[in-house]
Amino acid sequence: MCLAVPGKILELGEDESALIEIGGVKKRISLMLVDDARLGDYVLVHAGFAIEKVNGYEARRTIELFEEIAKLDGTA
Amino acid sequence: MADRLVTMAHGGGGSRMLELLEEIVFPLLGQASDSPIEAEDAAALSLPGTRVAYTTDCFVVKPIFFPGGDIGKLAVCGTVNDLAMRGARPLYLTLALILEEGLPFEVLKQVIESAAQWAKQAGVEIVAGDTKVVERGAADAIYINTSGIGVIPEGREVSIKGARPGDLLLLNGFIGDHETSVLSKREGFDFEVAIDSDCAPLHSLVERMQQAGSIHALRDATRGGLAAVLKEMAQSSGVAIELQEENIPVREGVRGVCEMLGLDPMLLANEGKLVAAVPADNAEAVLQAMRSHPLGCDTAMIGKILQGRKGEVSILTPLGSHRLVRMPSGEHFPRIC
Amino acid sequence: MKYVDEFRSPQFLKGQLEKIAEFPLSARFMEVCGTHTMAISKAGLRPLLAPKIELVSGPGCPVCVTSAVDIGRALALAEMPDVILATFGDMMRVPGPKGTLSQAVSRGAAVQVVYSPIDALELAVSHPDKKVVFLGVGFETTAPTVAAAVMMAEERGLENFYVLSLHKLVPPALKALVEMEEFSIDGFILPGHVSAIIGSQAYAFLPEDYGVPCVVAGFEAADILLAIYELMVMCRDGAGLGVEYSRIVRAEGNRKALEVMHRVFEPADADWRGLGVIPGSGLQLREEYCAYDAGAWGVTSPEPIKDSGCRCGDILCGKIRPSDCPLFARSCTPDEPFGPCMVSTEGTCASYYLYDYAEGEGINPPHQHGGE
Repeated sequence: MCLAVPGKILELGEDESALIEIGGVKKRISLMLVDDARLGDYVLVHAGFAIEKVNGYEARRTIELFEEIAKLDGTA
Repeated sequence: MADRLVTMAHGGGGSRMLELLEEIVFPLLGQASDSPIEAEDAAALSLPGTRVAYTTDCFVVKPIFFPGGDIGKLAVCGTVNDLAMRGARPLYLTLALILEEGLPFEVLKQVIESAAQWAKQAGVEIVAGDTKVVERGAADAIYINTSGIGVIPEGREVSIKGARPGDLLLLNGFIGDHETSVLSKREGFDFEVAIDSDCAPLHSLVERMQQAGSIHALRDATRGGLAAVLKEMAQSSGVAIELQEENIPVREGVRGVCEMLGLDPMLLANEGKLVAAVPADNAEAVLQAMRSHPLGCDTAMIGKILQGRKGEVSILTPLGSHRLVRMPSGEHFPRIC
Repeated sequence: MKYVDEFRSPQFLKGQLEKIAEFPLSARFMEVCGTHTMAISKAGLRPLLAPKIELVSGPGCPVCVTSAVDIGRALALAEMPDVILATFGDMMRVPGPKGTLSQAVSRGAAVQVVYSPIDALELAVSHPDKKVVFLGVGFETTAPTVAAAVMMAEERGLENFYVLSLHKLVPPALKALVEMEEFSIDGFILPGHVSAIIGSQAYAFLPEDYGVPCVVAGFEAADILLAIYELMVMCRDGAGLGVEYSRIVRAEGNRKALEVMHRVFEPADADWRGLGVIPGSGLQLREEYCAYDAGAWGVTSPEPIKDSGCRCGDILCGKIRPSDCPLFARSCTPDEPFGPCMVSTEGTCASYYLYDYAEGEGINPPHQHGGE
């Protein structure tokens, strides 16, 4: 449970709404459930709402960890 | 024309119906055709061959206008493609209309114009038809039935049954475009995506493929998507199919819609895609021939036919394990889980 | 798609699998969340990890754990003449006492599939003569969105919007699982998106009070494999609580979403298919919002529930595998499902059927690691 996809905030609207983009698809969603979301932020979108902001720093760290493990495979 | 609406009388077989035919249907179909319109009960035709392909299809798409097409275009291309999938040269179509009372004349005109234009493009003649009107609410704007006749050249045998182990599978481009474009315009699906329906007549592509090499099995992927057509092919041919997922072309926008709504691109409807099982030794030649055609420039080799369990279609994951593709049930819904 | 594609690179997977293969430990882990079940199946991980690591699916598919009685209530609402039932698509094909919602439509019931509870609000606006009842299914990921919709309805003065809350909470269900006598799971792969809302700290009781290792995982195969490796380390070194999905999940969760959820909903007892009634494991609308509560209409399930031999309950607790159910792949298939585990695309049985199983024997026999 729970299909949620990261989308980029393209426009901020009235009433805590935003236009987001996910892989070429644009949709209007509600920001009622997140604090302090800004233009250009990536948010996790579920059922028409942003439910959390994506932490870019942690995302990069996770990828780096994946890459390290992948390298280990090559030198094993 | 702007305010006029279709009424019950227009379907009544009398003077009102004749008016509708003479104002809209005959002129538009006439413009697209070389032969004069004859108002007979049936078209008398000569066929250049005795092996005939004959098909029929009904079109109830909603909404009737969508990015990349409309119900008129769909009605022509859908039937032309059914004929093409038997290797036939499409020749003649019939066009039967069920109109909802209250349909604006302007809308009808646009649909007929589109059908006429695409018939001309596909090189087919619309030679017979019918018009009925039903009460408001009994049909959704306009329903269309087309039937088609084509001739299969001597010695040509194309069906879905002929796939053999060792054959390679060719797909002429991106899947899921049609259904995505229709969904994007449907009420309640409030998203924007720049995807056009892939609706197109495929017979000239099939001809080019036939000239390049032999085709063992052929079918177009319509409702039920790529999954349905591959399951049908595997079942009818008594073979198993293994697909390479990363080779199946899906546009970014289609992927985005599928990720958001929890849909599977393999199940989405197409209107301009075909899958061919071709013997391995001429696959490259057929692939190149397809890529040289405007409707095949994104052709991909997506998998192969195996001995295996009859009717089984599986996807080879990057990790080397398999997962099964199942026959879609006929309805799929967006999900949140 | 950013933050998706880069995590899907197949090059990350081989090294992870090797690390797991080399680690001197065998274990049985439960992935709680249905979306994880499906991700594992789609990537073909189960046979590649077996027999060393056995992955068991848990009760984290909100569709699957919806009781037959509750489905019956939804059906009864849908059949009321002045009601439009708005629902997520997931619920359409779940069998209830009188068939599915999809079948009810062909009998004349007004059911509308929506992507968001906000779409249900718009339905209420455009159909002022109807009562629009939103079928609230889902865990803590979804409940805040439904709560938000109720608050929007209040703000807009809508008088024909209602919710039938079948929402459930994950931590009480996990507690009920670990307290079962037959519980024999070595660690939990915890749901990433529920955790985005409730925070990883909500599961601290599992390692602390029950000694069960837990890792909150993301949904790409690489995320799941890393979480499994982290669990194996905990099995060796001592139970703990890890967060692999750190790009989304914080220890304290999403405070704002939790506030919205708690403003509209309060905990209540809930009946889980397979687990029975778990105290405080569901959500009901608070008194202040009773005007929006379709649960207060007193609509009941139309018929007593017949026992069809369906063993979804035992499957949801990880007691048996789908192939152990006598109905699996015989009279219960994705096209003719008996129970919700087969209907929902992320139901355990459906996942196994589609991805892990072929007639006669498994399409993927357990992978034999060299030398073991």
